[in-house]
Amino acid sequence: MTTVDFDPGTAAGRATEAILHDTLHGTERGVVVDSPPGAGKSTLVVRAALELAAAGRPLMVVAQTNAQVDDLVLRLAEKNPELPVGRLHSSDTDAYDKALDELPQVRTSAKAADLAGLPVVLSTAAKWAHVKVDEPWRHAIVDEAYQMRSDSLLAVAGLFERALFVGDPGQLDPFSIVGGEQWAGLSYDPSASAVTTLLAHNPGLPQHRLPVSWRLPASAAPLVSDAFYPYTPFRSGTAHGDRRLAFAVPSDGSGPDRVIDEAAESGWGLLELPARHTPRTDPEAVRAVATVVRRLLDRGGAATSERSPGPTPLTADRVAVGTAHRDQAAAVRAALAELGVRDVTVDTANRLQGREYDVTVVLHPLSGRPDATAFHLETGRLCVLASRHRHACIMVCRAGVPDLLDDYPATEPVQLGTLVKFPDGWEANHAVLSHLTEHRVLWRP
Amino acid sequence: MSLITTLARLEAVDSGRAQPAATVRHRHLSDRPLVFVPLTTSGETGAPLGALVGTDRDAPRLLVVPQPRDRDLRFTFLADLADVVLPHIESYADAVEAAERTETDPETGKRVKVAAELCADAPQLIVPSRTGLDFVRLLGRSMRFRRTAEQDPDAPYPAPPRVPLLGRWLTHYGERARVPGSSLLLALTDVLSRHWATGQSGLEDQHLGALLAWIEPPVGMTGAEAARRAELARDADGQLLCPPAGPATDPAFDNKLLAPAIERYDRARTALAAAEDPLTADARLAALTAAEREIRDLVASRTRPTWDAVWRGLDLLRALPAGAHVEGRWTRDRWSFTAHRDRVRAGEPPQPRRDDAVTAANKLATREREQARLEAQEALDDPLVMAGRRLAGEAFAGEVTDVVMAYSEGRRPSPRPLVTVRTDDLPHLAERARVYRSLDGRPQSAEFVGYEAEGVLTLRVLDRMGRGKEPEPGSVPEKGDRVCFTLFEHEQRGGAKLPDPEDTPWTHGGPPGEAPPEAPDPVTEEDVL
Repeated sequence: MTTVDFDPGTAAGRATEAILHDTLHGTERGVVVDSPPGAGKSTLVVRAALELAAAGRPLMVVAQTNAQVDDLVLRLAEKNPELPVGRLHSSDTDAYDKALDELPQVRTSAKAADLAGLPVVLSTAAKWAHVKVDEPWRHAIVDEAYQMRSDSLLAVAGLFERALFVGDPGQLDPFSIVGGEQWAGLSYDPSASAVTTLLAHNPGLPQHRLPVSWRLPASAAPLVSDAFYPYTPFRSGTAHGDRRLAFAVPSDGSGPDRVIDEAAESGWGLLELPARHTPRTDPEAVRAVATVVRRLLDRGGAATSERSPGPTPLTADRVAVGTAHRDQAAAVRAALAELGVRDVTVDTANRLQGREYDVTVVLHPLSGRPDATAFHLETGRLCVLASRHRHACIMVCRAGVPDLLDDYPATEPVQLGTLVKFPDGWEANHAVLSHLTEHRVLWRP
Repeated sequence: MSLITTLARLEAVDSGRAQPAATVRHRHLSDRPLVFVPLTTSGETGAPLGALVGTDRDAPRLLVVPQPRDRDLRFTFLADLADVVLPHIESYADAVEAAERTETDPETGKRVKVAAELCADAPQLIVPSRTGLDFVRLLGRSMRFRRTAEQDPDAPYPAPPRVPLLGRWLTHYGERARVPGSSLLLALTDVLSRHWATGQSGLEDQHLGALLAWIEPPVGMTGAEAARRAELARDADGQLLCPPAGPATDPAFDNKLLAPAIERYDRARTALAAAEDPLTADARLAALTAAEREIRDLVASRTRPTWDAVWRGLDLLRALPAGAHVEGRWTRDRWSFTAHRDRVRAGEPPQPRRDDAVTAANKLATREREQARLEAQEALDDPLVMAGRRLAGEAFAGEVTDVVMAYSEGRRPSPRPLVTVRTDDLPHLAERARVYRSLDGRPQSAEFVGYEAEGVLTLRVLDRMGRGKEPEPGSVPEKGDRVCFTLFEHEQRGGAKLPDPEDTPWTHGGPPGEAPPEAPDPVTEEDVL
């Protein structure tokens, strides 16, 4: 890729202008925007919301979780404190972030009628599904549309005339707890993603793509782009050298310290434990993850980036641990507590979606497994785990995963009429592992 | 696979016997189930070879298609099947009880209760294995669109009168079987492996013979040996001692026994057709009858062992007491049966080939709700299942060590007692997580406050303590009580109402509209033998 005449800021600006033009002045009922990790999706949503509101079009915003809705409300309020905003919430206790109560322009209610007439009303898809209106909204923005299920779009699509759909096609697909094979291949398969159904029925809708990831460093963007977005490449908004991670305390020569240094240097680190079949909450791997986190915090890390002139200290809230399963997350939390580490986010890939940290430590989904199931192979899971960081990502994994991948070819039945998703998890896992092998530190705890 | 299942399977390997995975029966079993053991013809999808069907374990009805590719003989088989199945189904249709149903009032849009009929019981259909379920669906699909001579006098190959109706019922049963926890149509291997953990893989558990061998190994054999024998042992002629539960047959049986017998039958039939004088015809008819009898005997010999195995499996399940929520789930099955009875009686057309967008979404929502309900109810009904959830960190049991009365803030303080529980379990409790326990069969919720020490946690009880300032007696755990709280909810909320199919939005292709009637496939040479 030649980068001489490519200015990421200009390219991203051009894409945003085109999206806003289609949204505000286009003739189609929908506009679809694909956004790679950290490409400014939320910024785009906020900007589009403000422009639609400024144009006097009543707007509803559909997000998937309460945290996402609250985050958008706060961002809207920050950008335009004058704009009256409605936050529709469920009638549960703690249905929304109490920080919203501090904002005078934000009206919260569990009843849509109380919010009628406000220029922007935001809520989750689940709550919108219970709303009934005589007159549909002129416009809607659907955030995280690739994580929304087709049936949940079906429940809310009657509420709006036109919509902007924004999402990341590379993240985890929506799932259902029961089998939906009987509808596989139908254009409106209820367990497929909302965008799949939308485009199957409206193939002519304008589709845009945000071309620059502002989160991923120059060391990570090419790998994530090649492994997970081979046909829609993107690049990093920063160059090599724009971001630096340095540690005040030198390495003590142990595996965790060596992998931290490797990751600080190259952006990636693989801490490889000896091959072994283990239970899901592999005690050695969990302890290794916790030790890496402990050392990250102990060694006085400082992150330099384009955001601030001087280095900022690497504190616990800038570090996250990602796992595949909830029990693994619980085990890591327990191990961290034992080492006296607090305030480090430990969560599964599902819950880390959309979040951003300076350094992430990931327990590889296939580590120690005797088999590779569709769940563990899912492209989106690895993509989420490998794309949350601004500086460096450290994977902890048992040896032997490439052999495991070779031993287990994909065995999912082929369904006629379904869109085959590329790359498959097998391919993506191989791509990521072969890159990580160059940054491997062997360690026998 | 959960940790407790893994453990049970390891124990099964170790002890040589399947281990109980449940202490109660989690599916309804009818007193008079209709057992259906079908066989299919290899190489020809949806061509039944024969079946054993009936409600009497000692007197099954044997139905056979001597030449499976002959469409007329297939229709005869289906008509015979309808003569067994439909009277059984219809015998349940008229015994009704009065019940109430919530409906949306078309004028006010409010949910109102209306009086309705509910069938007092519903017919239950049992097939040996999961592939049997697929076969029921396949038969249903192949029959429900057929036209009888009465419906369409011009149909070139009219179906026997009751065959399309059987197709609609089998389709309904096949669809219902996809709803988690439903019992209208059960695959015995699924039900047995829900209640016993064997020392083999889930895939191997789908072999009814092997599964039963693990649960009840013959004297002097381990489960593994008996299962191996059930899967592989052959007699001197190379035939399996324990024929597969079907519908697919063993290739050795197809090649060595069935194919020659069918060929003899074909020859006898051709010879009979060519007979010119009555005397020859008589002799050749006798030969044809003998050839047909031979095929009947062959089919009977492959289905009867499975038939007996199914009843043995049912005996094993009957020995378990029914779980407390099984009756409630069966009532849903009865509603499902009654609703389809009403649709048939109202003269509605058969189920469409494919669900429209709204129907598909509604079905998926129902099944997800039922799955969550089933998982919660099984755990509440069965301490062994609950133990699995506790081991997975989704529930915890322990002893109440302290109760401190506290009140909510606000104008009208309500009781919010703090309950301290000592437990050996390791629940995955997040900050302020909600937990639930069953209080007189209804869920009471509490909030996780924090750990006092290792294994000692404090909860704040939130509801079901009455309206007064003091909690109603018995509504708050007392010191020394054994309690079990779950992190999952016990009851499922209803989902949002989806638009009517005629209001399908533009994102999903708009209203389905009046589908143009599909032209039947053109009749080709292969269709007519």
